[in-house]
Amino acid sequence: MMADVRLPPTLTPLFVNLPRRVEVDAATPREAIDELERRWPGLRDRLCDPGPELRSHIHVYVDGDRAQLDTPLEPRSRVDVVAAISGG
Amino acid sequence: MPLTMLMIGTRKGCFVLESENRRDWRMRGPYCESWPVYQTIRDADSGAMFAAAASEWHGSAVWRSTDDGETWTLSSEGLAHDGERKVSKISSLASAHGRVLAGVEAAGIFQSLDGGETWSLLSTLEGQPGREGWDDPANQPPGHLGISALMPDPDDASRFWAIVQGVGFFETTDDGKTWTPRNRGLRADWPRPYDEVGFCVHRLVRSPLDPDRMYQQNHVGVHRSDDGGHSWHEITDGLPSEFGFGAAVHPHDRDTFFVIPLDPLHARTMPEGHAAVWCTRDGGDSWARLDKGLPQENAYVGVLRAALTIDDHEVPGLYFGTSTGQLFASADEGENWSEIASYLPPIWSVEVAVLD
Repeated sequence: MMADVRLPPTLTPLFVNLPRRVEVDAATPREAIDELERRWPGLRDRLCDPGPELRSHIHVYVDGDRAQLDTPLEPRSRVDVVAAISGG
Repeated sequence: MPLTMLMIGTRKGCFVLESENRRDWRMRGPYCESWPVYQTIRDADSGAMFAAAASEWHGSAVWRSTDDGETWTLSSEGLAHDGERKVSKISSLASAHGRVLAGVEAAGIFQSLDGGETWSLLSTLEGQPGREGWDDPANQPPGHLGISALMPDPDDASRFWAIVQGVGFFETTDDGKTWTPRNRGLRADWPRPYDEVGFCVHRLVRSPLDPDRMYQQNHVGVHRSDDGGHSWHEITDGLPSEFGFGAAVHPHDRDTFFVIPLDPLHARTMPEGHAAVWCTRDGGDSWARLDKGLPQENAYVGVLRAALTIDDHEVPGLYFGTSTGQLFASADEGENWSEIASYLPPIWSVEVAVLD
């Protein structure tokens, strides 16, 4: 089940060759982040606190709706990972 | 001619300034993707640089560079407490004896033995009086720094000191297994449930010439120790304010020490808008104002705890950065000053290295 993951621009400079848009085989956002962690070690820490749980200013949307780590993905779901507006 | 390198930690990244003559400076940066950087250090043995950072979006990490700050990578592998405790920020760094130490909030000290690639928890100062209350945000001063400073012993790898913000100064001689509060003789103008702790130590420095000589700028006063921190006596008399953050000790004279007094309460800016560094050359018996070249009116600037430093040239240079982004330098122990950067983000730390 391939998901179309869109990453925030603050994340991509932190990892070598990390694109803004990645296709991953995942049934939930959690699995998508697991796969991103496998390809770019350390990436999970940038999106999740230990637990893991999403960091308070990192929001995930699945097909336009606010989602959590275990929200089910449909085939070809779009997953937007957003660095929420935060301070100045 | 040796290169003098300044490492500036700011609310929007790390900057580097370099000079061969301490008069003409070149600036590079911002580095670390403009993350908030609390402190940047350079390991004297390896030449690696480390920056303690905390992004509101992407969490806390230590950035590292092995090419004098041109390129940086980050890691937080292992930089996490167990259970419910969270690392909200990495507040302080130190390096010595082949390892890097990181002080964090919630209060803890982590170490890296592989040049900052991975980290492991060394100590949370368990067992210290009142330790169970340190994590409560209601008990913490503004800033919530946790371990606000770390100071290794250059001769003994298992001995080092830590400041817990709003709690006090602590020494370990067994690599963090046990700790001893070193706050005897300090003043506190507030109730304290425990005799040995409850002091607000802002900045502490140790003479490289005399390891028993320490100085600290406290929330209430400037204090000196002649016995390696076992006891303290106050040397505030003669300063325009008992409050301040920054402190620096002369590298070649144990009796020469510098502070930047600030108005206490809400202001925390230089008294009467008159920028100055204050110096004692007799261990605190008398003080002199150093202000030549600094703005002497309408300069309502503040300097935070890690933002005053001194180099180790034969005639040492002093440097301080303000919380409104100005950076000042003196190549002659504070006698003459010049503004070497004017429009940086709020400055949180200034560190210096002299490279041959």
